[in-house]
Amino acid sequence: MKKTLEYKVFNTVSIILVTSFALVCLIPLLITISGSLTSDKELFGGMSLIPKNPTLDAYRQIVRNGMNVGRAYLNTIGLTVIGTVISLLLTSMTSYVLYRRDFKARGFFSFYFYFTTLFSGGLIPSYLLNTALGLEDTYLVLLFSCLLSNTQIIIVRSFMTSNVPQSLIEAAKIDGAGDFQIFCKIVLPAIGTILATIGLLTALGYWNNWYTASIYIKDTNKYPLMYYLQKIFNDASMRNKMLLEGALEADNFKSVGESFKMAMTVVTMGPVVLFYPFFQRFFVSGITIGAVKE
Amino acid sequence: MQKSIVTTARSAWKELKRNKVLFLMLMPAVAFVFIFSYLPMGGVIIAFKDYKYVEGIWGSKWNGLDNFEALFKSGKLLLLVRNTIFYNVLFIGIGLVTKVSLAIMISEMGTRRYKRIMQSLMMLPHFLSWVIVGGMAYNILNYEFGLLNQMLTSIGLDKVSVYTNEGIWKYILTFASVWKETGYGMIFYLAAITGINPELYEAARVDGCGIMQRIRYITLPMIKPTTCILLLLSLGGILKGNMDMFYNLVGNNGYLYNATDVIDTYVYRSMMQLNDYGVTGAIGLFQSIIGFVLVVTVNNITRKLDADSALF
Repeated sequence: MKKTLEYKVFNTVSIILVTSFALVCLIPLLITISGSLTSDKELFGGMSLIPKNPTLDAYRQIVRNGMNVGRAYLNTIGLTVIGTVISLLLTSMTSYVLYRRDFKARGFFSFYFYFTTLFSGGLIPSYLLNTALGLEDTYLVLLFSCLLSNTQIIIVRSFMTSNVPQSLIEAAKIDGAGDFQIFCKIVLPAIGTILATIGLLTALGYWNNWYTASIYIKDTNKYPLMYYLQKIFNDASMRNKMLLEGALEADNFKSVGESFKMAMTVVTMGPVVLFYPFFQRFFVSGITIGAVKE
Repeated sequence: MQKSIVTTARSAWKELKRNKVLFLMLMPAVAFVFIFSYLPMGGVIIAFKDYKYVEGIWGSKWNGLDNFEALFKSGKLLLLVRNTIFYNVLFIGIGLVTKVSLAIMISEMGTRRYKRIMQSLMMLPHFLSWVIVGGMAYNILNYEFGLLNQMLTSIGLDKVSVYTNEGIWKYILTFASVWKETGYGMIFYLAAITGINPELYEAARVDGCGIMQRIRYITLPMIKPTTCILLLLSLGGILKGNMDMFYNLVGNNGYLYNATDVIDTYVYRSMMQLNDYGVTGAIGLFQSIIGFVLVVTVNNITRKLDADSALF
């Protein structure tokens, strides 16, 4: 009897804790969505989870402002699509070579890639190099930012090792298939699941990247979405600070509204949240394949 | 001696000819990594130079350890290292407790549908950019209309000006880190728990173990290897500040630098604003070297515990 009571208590406590944590994960999103549908005036009177007088004003303002947001959106979509495709190609090709048992230098090259995660030159030398290469203010530097990751090479390679037997490769070689042909016809079709997982990770990496742009991109036409959003936040807080310190007169004070900021947040995270139910299952399976070797 | 070099070179050439397609397929990645990862490594010499923009890295004068000395003397390095380690220990420790306990609770639950929905909700923050999280945090924390202050006033307390208050940020940053990464990090522990042999639980049930005893004597010991390894790996990165998080939550907010500045935010800011490349490069090099030593040490320990989990 005692056992069942203990279990009931445990179960109730778990359900309460787990549910409340899950809700805490969701509430900031809901607040932001609700805030984006509330007018600024009302917002300062008090926020609520459900807007009392919902208005689309903030979104209208975004549409009126359309050029910049649209441009940033296009930049990010373009970068994400092109970058992910190139990255997948590069990663799977590299992993394939390192997976081939008859490739004698694979130990050396595995370490060659791995060492970059152990030691790095740091921000300043990279910055000086990239500027010397003329990459400042180009899309190329954004494209390069998430192109290749050693973690992904390791994950894909170990997936190949456990899913494509080396004997299959040897048989294909005996039949006269070339190395590249084997890659395209045998290996690529067999690694679809893992490519989906790391492809999504890479795509998210591009989508969420503001850092590279903040260092290298000066031309507003080349801003990716996330940097554009950060810029709006930073400019607003800068204005608030100057206002607070009296450096700016209230009359000249024209800041973007709070609900506008929230609407921008919603627009920016929209695709990630909308597609989330579809892509999240890839992660659970994919991540545990790479398990600890992250 | 010379002969052996010749034979090595010859066999390397033979291998190159035999596997030329494979080498060709590998080259793009090798070249990419060489340019963007290995070339900058040479640039660390900037840490020992009095860098002048017009003279470039190679042309600037050597100044020995002056940059490092300046860092130590100003007390900046100590502060940054202390903050970085302090926050990482907080995040790792509290993150571990929340991840393990929530993973155990979820794994003990019956209904699969409920479990899946809860897990999805908890994982969602991981996929949001820190820029967005920073914006959402502002909606909750700001003085004018933030949810926190609304709640405080509604129960009759005074408003708190979060963005000028140093002391409060260790709680906020820890909360944000736990909030964002628990659901995702939990997956590893859930996988470890799923891997436990069900017969163990069955035997415990037959022996009349209660649920707390089962967790205490079966689940926790069985996930100990995973826990140790994940913990060790995160210790390897203890000197890496989560730039993305700190910068987006705190921003360029001078009030909070003492309490929230970590190595990575300082390096970023001093590059963007101060242009003091020599000193900044010195911090970067310091961080890289200590980080390298830490990872190698941690890896050696990991290999002793469990050879399969070691990184190299």
